[in-house]
Amino acid sequence: MTEGLSHVFESRPRLVTGTVLAFTAALSLSACGGTKSGESSAVESCVDTSGDTVKLGFLNSTSGAMAISEQTVRDSLVMAIDEINADGGILGKKVEPVAEDGASDPAIFAEKIEKLLTGDCVAAVFGGWTSASRKAMLPVVEANKGLLFYPVQYEGLEASENIYYTGATTNQQIIPAMDFLKSEGVKTLFLAGSDYVFPRTANKIIKQYAEELGIEIVGEEYVPLDDDDWTTQVAKIAAAKPDFVFNTINGSSNVGFVKAYYEQGLGPDNSPIISVSIAEEEAPAMGKDITGQYAAWNYFQSVESPTNDTFIEAFQAKYGDDRPTSDPMEAAYTSLYLYKALVEKAGSFDVDEINASADGVTFDAPEGTVTIDGENHHIAKTALIGKINSDNQFDVVWSSDSPVEPDPFLEGYSWWDPSKN
Amino acid sequence: MDAFTTPLLAGTATGALLLIAALGLALTFGQMGVINMAHGEFLMAGAYTTFLTQQVVTNTDLSILVALPAAFVVAGSLGLLLEVSIISWMYRRPLDTLLVTVGVSLLLQQLAKDIFGAQGDPVQTPGWLDGNIDVFGYHWPYRQMFTILLAIAALVGLGLLLKYTAYGRQIRATVQNRDLAETMGVSTRTVDRVTFFVGSGLAGVGGVAVSLISGTNPNLGTTYIISAFLVVVAGGLGQLKGTVIAAFAVGIVTAFFTDWFNSSMAQVFTFALVVIFLQLRPQGLFTVRTRGLA
Repeated sequence: MTEGLSHVFESRPRLVTGTVLAFTAALSLSACGGTKSGESSAVESCVDTSGDTVKLGFLNSTSGAMAISEQTVRDSLVMAIDEINADGGILGKKVEPVAEDGASDPAIFAEKIEKLLTGDCVAAVFGGWTSASRKAMLPVVEANKGLLFYPVQYEGLEASENIYYTGATTNQQIIPAMDFLKSEGVKTLFLAGSDYVFPRTANKIIKQYAEELGIEIVGEEYVPLDDDDWTTQVAKIAAAKPDFVFNTINGSSNVGFVKAYYEQGLGPDNSPIISVSIAEEEAPAMGKDITGQYAAWNYFQSVESPTNDTFIEAFQAKYGDDRPTSDPMEAAYTSLYLYKALVEKAGSFDVDEINASADGVTFDAPEGTVTIDGENHHIAKTALIGKINSDNQFDVVWSSDSPVEPDPFLEGYSWWDPSKN
Repeated sequence: MDAFTTPLLAGTATGALLLIAALGLALTFGQMGVINMAHGEFLMAGAYTTFLTQQVVTNTDLSILVALPAAFVVAGSLGLLLEVSIISWMYRRPLDTLLVTVGVSLLLQQLAKDIFGAQGDPVQTPGWLDGNIDVFGYHWPYRQMFTILLAIAALVGLGLLLKYTAYGRQIRATVQNRDLAETMGVSTRTVDRVTFFVGSGLAGVGGVAVSLISGTNPNLGTTYIISAFLVVVAGGLGQLKGTVIAAFAVGIVTAFFTDWFNSSMAQVFTFALVVIFLQLRPQGLFTVRTRGLA
């Protein structure tokens, strides 16, 4: 009765093991799957702004692994639209949002932005989170001569006529964080990151700047994004006893890292952590009390400014008192108001006209006044270092004296050599 | 000295975790020829059971002890449900079970996302597991020792079950010759279900240990399923001895590669080593001589 089966297993073990191996290999490879760029020929814009309304596209992942983060961005985009419409719209036209789900998949981001630009004919798109999603959307938005507003801090080394970057580039987050460490008298630093483009690029910059500052890098460890066990790597941190740990880990891997870190007897008293991806949303989800650790951002909920008070109040009135506000949410909110200011300065929804008059456009954002750089389409932002308190809020302990001019290619930094590892 | 003890001890703990995950696979793959790609999601179910237990049992010290049997029953029941509803229709078609269970795995992951959210939930480490002892410069966490003890307990428990109970004898009889076992009056269908329940339940217990490393998240199972299959295939089918050796070998070798290079490269090298090993010895470390007629 079971001869068929035992035949397969006894006489053809190579077939079955081979199949299992090939299959598991395919599975593990798919985790680092490539991105597919959209294919489209240059077309004339089909945006029609002759009526009483103007369409804007929201492209965030509302399903999949990134949904938890990107939904918060979507929420603040929706809130900004409501505010702008209540206040008379943009150039007297009401904004009509068209929402799409990027599904945490770069290929879907490319597909959906093409649909938004050429099918729905939106005047601009707001969204994206991972660098992979941005890289997938870039060729599509350029080919269609559209506009994309990207609200998340990233690894820099990019500038496009068709993208405005309202999150920080490296010289507004990573480099100020190093200046802070220097001012704290840090002599030894350990680098811990997830194994993908952002941490690798960030650490390359950190290593070159550390050499300039005279800070010794005593270790550098990477763990794949889908791997949460940091025990072995943290043991190396415990052995190296660094003055500080620079954390560029992303996502759930942070939980494994933080657990292992405290387990090894490390803490804010001996080797404190400075993170670039733990904000108000993530801090309570670590499974450990991380009071006393640091984070580098350009906005904290605790920032004191009149605009921030109204921002938090409006957000919590709309979505609930228990909802924290965080840097990417603020950058998304800001991006819509910047778009409004851009259009009103240009007097037109036309991309070329917007770009021509973009330089110097400002907005009094919750984080403080931000200004668009017409050359690289990034914005000048104040860099902040926060220390986590027991309410999972950040007390600002350091800030740049003034907004830092964006320099995505680090051209103003003589120590930077992109060809050096 | 710690350059040696760190990977050795940490690797042993990883190996222990792999062993718990692989034991269930070895049973179902070895006995029934079912390639269950949803096995990793039983680990996830165990991890979420730990999280839920901590919501009910607020005493953290006690909660893990409650979570262990709870995770065994929850994951075991899920496994039983999978066996009865889907896999029982697919015996003698191992490659079909592979495809179908990949689908089930994706389904369970999405289900977890819908129920618990895409972001993981934290699991509190009980006081008696929060700490470490210094072993030649490596601060060996109690959690890793606990994982090793858990693996030993699972192995001994399973060994006793197979050797001394009626079900154990029936399982061994079924593995050796399903037809003959049936003619002797063994209900191989019932035996299959018990095996699936126990195997999946063990994964649930492994999930408790995983949740202590990194809390819960919906994709947690995918991290372990690949390594667990490597262990089963390298260890050879039908005998637990091979699985045990392969689990600790994979765990420790990976830990040393991680120490020398980094964990991305370690996965590549370990994978390559297993592939080379299987080229030389396709049947794995040990195989049981079955008395099938084919």
